[in-house]
Amino acid sequence: MKKQLMKGNEAIVKSAILAGCRAFYGYPITPASEIAEAAAEFMPKTGGVYVQAESEVAACNMLYGAASAGVRAMSASSGPGISLMQEGISYMAGAELPCVIADITRSGPGLGNLGAEQSDYHQVVKCGGHGNYRTIVLAPHSVQEMADLTALAFDLADRYRNPVMVMADGFIGQMMEPVEFPQTATRPHLPSWAVAGTAASRGNLITSLYLDFDELEKHSRALEAKYKLAEQREARAEEWLAGDAEIVLVGYGIVGRILKSVTAQARAEGLKVGVLRPITLYPFPVVQFERLAFNAKLFVVVEMSNGQMIEDVKLALNGSRPVEFLNRMGGNVPSHEEVLRFVHELARREGLAQQISDRQSSGKQTQNEERMAHV
Amino acid sequence: MSDQAVAEYTVARGKAKSFYPRYERKSELQHQTHFCPGCGHGNIHKMLAAAIDELGVQDRTIMIGPVGCGVFTYYYFDVGNVQAAHGRAPAVATAMRRSRPESIVISYQGDGDLSAIGSAEILHAANRGENITVIFVNNAVYSMTGGQAAPTTLLGQKSTTTPNGRSPAAGEGYPLHVSELLATLEAPVYIERVGLGDNKQIAQAARAIKRAVENQVRGLGFSLIEVLSPCPTIWKQTPVEAQHWVRDVMEKTFPLGVFCDRTKERGPQALERLAARAAQPEPALADLPRILGVAEEDLPEGHAHAIAPEQTVDMQVRIAGFGGQGVLLLGEVLAEAGLDAGLEVSWLPSYGPEMRSGTSNCHVRISREAVDSPLVSAPNVLVAMNEPSLRKFDKSVRAGGWVIYNGSEFPSDCRREGVHVLALSFTEMADAMGDKRAANMVMLGAALEIAGVLPQASVAAALRRLVKNPRWVELDERAIARGRELFKESLAAV
Repeated sequence: MKKQLMKGNEAIVKSAILAGCRAFYGYPITPASEIAEAAAEFMPKTGGVYVQAESEVAACNMLYGAASAGVRAMSASSGPGISLMQEGISYMAGAELPCVIADITRSGPGLGNLGAEQSDYHQVVKCGGHGNYRTIVLAPHSVQEMADLTALAFDLADRYRNPVMVMADGFIGQMMEPVEFPQTATRPHLPSWAVAGTAASRGNLITSLYLDFDELEKHSRALEAKYKLAEQREARAEEWLAGDAEIVLVGYGIVGRILKSVTAQARAEGLKVGVLRPITLYPFPVVQFERLAFNAKLFVVVEMSNGQMIEDVKLALNGSRPVEFLNRMGGNVPSHEEVLRFVHELARREGLAQQISDRQSSGKQTQNEERMAHV
Repeated sequence: MSDQAVAEYTVARGKAKSFYPRYERKSELQHQTHFCPGCGHGNIHKMLAAAIDELGVQDRTIMIGPVGCGVFTYYYFDVGNVQAAHGRAPAVATAMRRSRPESIVISYQGDGDLSAIGSAEILHAANRGENITVIFVNNAVYSMTGGQAAPTTLLGQKSTTTPNGRSPAAGEGYPLHVSELLATLEAPVYIERVGLGDNKQIAQAARAIKRAVENQVRGLGFSLIEVLSPCPTIWKQTPVEAQHWVRDVMEKTFPLGVFCDRTKERGPQALERLAARAAQPEPALADLPRILGVAEEDLPEGHAHAIAPEQTVDMQVRIAGFGGQGVLLLGEVLAEAGLDAGLEVSWLPSYGPEMRSGTSNCHVRISREAVDSPLVSAPNVLVAMNEPSLRKFDKSVRAGGWVIYNGSEFPSDCRREGVHVLALSFTEMADAMGDKRAANMVMLGAALEIAGVLPQASVAAALRRLVKNPRWVELDERAIARGRELFKESLAAV
């Protein structure tokens, strides 16, 4: 199949429309703005709705409205905007409304800067809003996955009647790669619970309000059962040369890509290194961790945050293997060279690699530090 | 009153059909509302239900409930019901009305909800001219939470959070006149403030509410009715005292009247909009890939056969310069040409705020194998369009790699063993060809010649896809050819 070069942010919108999304509520923010721009161009051409909201608070509540009306709807933002959307996400989870929100992450806290970080993990994966709820979180690491996982996100949102987040760092949003799309489009049917302004849907009610304590507890237990089902069925991860790996590198998004290039070189040097890349951050791919722990001596978590996913890795391994950590922040990316150096150090410490000479691991330290220019 | 006693009266106006006969969503006392005696909500609910009945839109109506005493609209209204977060009903209504253009969407909100926490949502829904009806119930306090001050609290009025009476001198501001404020906007169609202070006022309120719903049925646009409404419980008054307080006190701060009426002028526009919508049906599903520009048959064939299968390809290119020098385009042409030639590619830009005097750089990888990391930390070709960019990245170039530098004087301290340098004033070369802005393409030509991988047919195809202006395509093609020559000349000179 023929491919075309496209930005990740643009691929999200095109995939969403093919998946039947017909409403987009946006608010500009770097590095997610191309999503709103593409939606503004293509939604009206495909019979959909585009509104630039007055804030992310409003945008997310517009999503609540569109989802209530039974329409596949989405929004997109980045850290500061996702913070503002937490209210609406909590309400949608409570009212069991499906929607898709893309978070093209940048650096924080506060205004931070525009460089890519993975520091939204806590607020997105652990849920920054109030109440007993979860959101399913998908983490693409390529432009093709931006397209594929966005389509999957709409299916999961409908299946579980719950918000689904597509969380990608600014690199994945901004980069261009070859991508292919399905050549057919979907038109989802109107859900029976929707409030659509029709005689058939007149008796329907969308609310997250349960005044009675017992009723709210029952509702929360029903939500919990739904999430448990998702945990059993929807966890996904990519294992890359990981089957016999003694050192398992763990990272998602752009970090997953860097870990693959590190692994390629480490394997060439004779080190048994592999990559476990979570594709769903919730549900977390616990089973894959348990399986790889049979052969692995240790796991290495690499993140562009202060260590947010590492908590889930430790929970998944439950103390069975040591977990090492390497991170960069502020818009900096762990470079191929610095991750490789870290792997060399660990391999030596664990007695896995006598063949790694000092020359290989210690050279060019400061020279090759990768520092993306964020003007 | 027993059923028998009721039967002795003639029912002049029965319960509206748009109310449930029995309020089964309530857990108890399903024959009556949850409102206190003398509360205005009951009256307003009745007027609204009567308007829905009279306009014959019960099936089409969606009621958006607020947070506050009005939260339980879904107990009573036999219509589609959605309960919204505090203050956000206009945002929810916006989306529902736009996605379901046949529906009649009513946002029912109190003064804490609408004028405080939801002040942004109401302002912008009004300013966009959403075709919705807003019923704004103003009783000058937060009632459900126990009587705290609202933006609408009167001067001197005591509340649990203005215990000494609201005072601007104490930094508590003035009563917010929402209707007057929204009437300054150009989009709204109809804004009126009514009261429940006596029977005459109530009759006018009923007319206004019906009109606001009717405006939406006619597709005219945004209507808002502010209703001054008694709250005997929080005001600590009897129902009769509270009703009189609306008329005798509240109305002095919030005068009744029509603040905006564009119903006449909006009629023809509404008809035009309806006609335009009917004339533009939703595209067929089968057409979507084409509309989105992703239909396979519309994508170019490419020149995948032009590269020998045994030739190894591993271009790791870093391009850097000032914003405006065409750094990103240079990289895009390279990546697009790689794809055209059937190779795996990635293009990754640095990005930042759109502002002057910024620098810009991008990473391009072109490979036979799938690209693992799109970040190029050790390029085999660095294209540096100015000295700061050279100094930023020159040390990262791998041994055996090339630096293409835009400047005839290559800084001696940047020279490194094992790294080749092509330093020329590419800007001057481009200027001599007709436009110095083509310097990026001259440098691209040199990079292509150095790499010696990509067929010119792919480069030309990429250029035509990315550069829309034919004059520029022609100049860029010449610039690339010139860059190739310059590299060959430099080799000959050595």
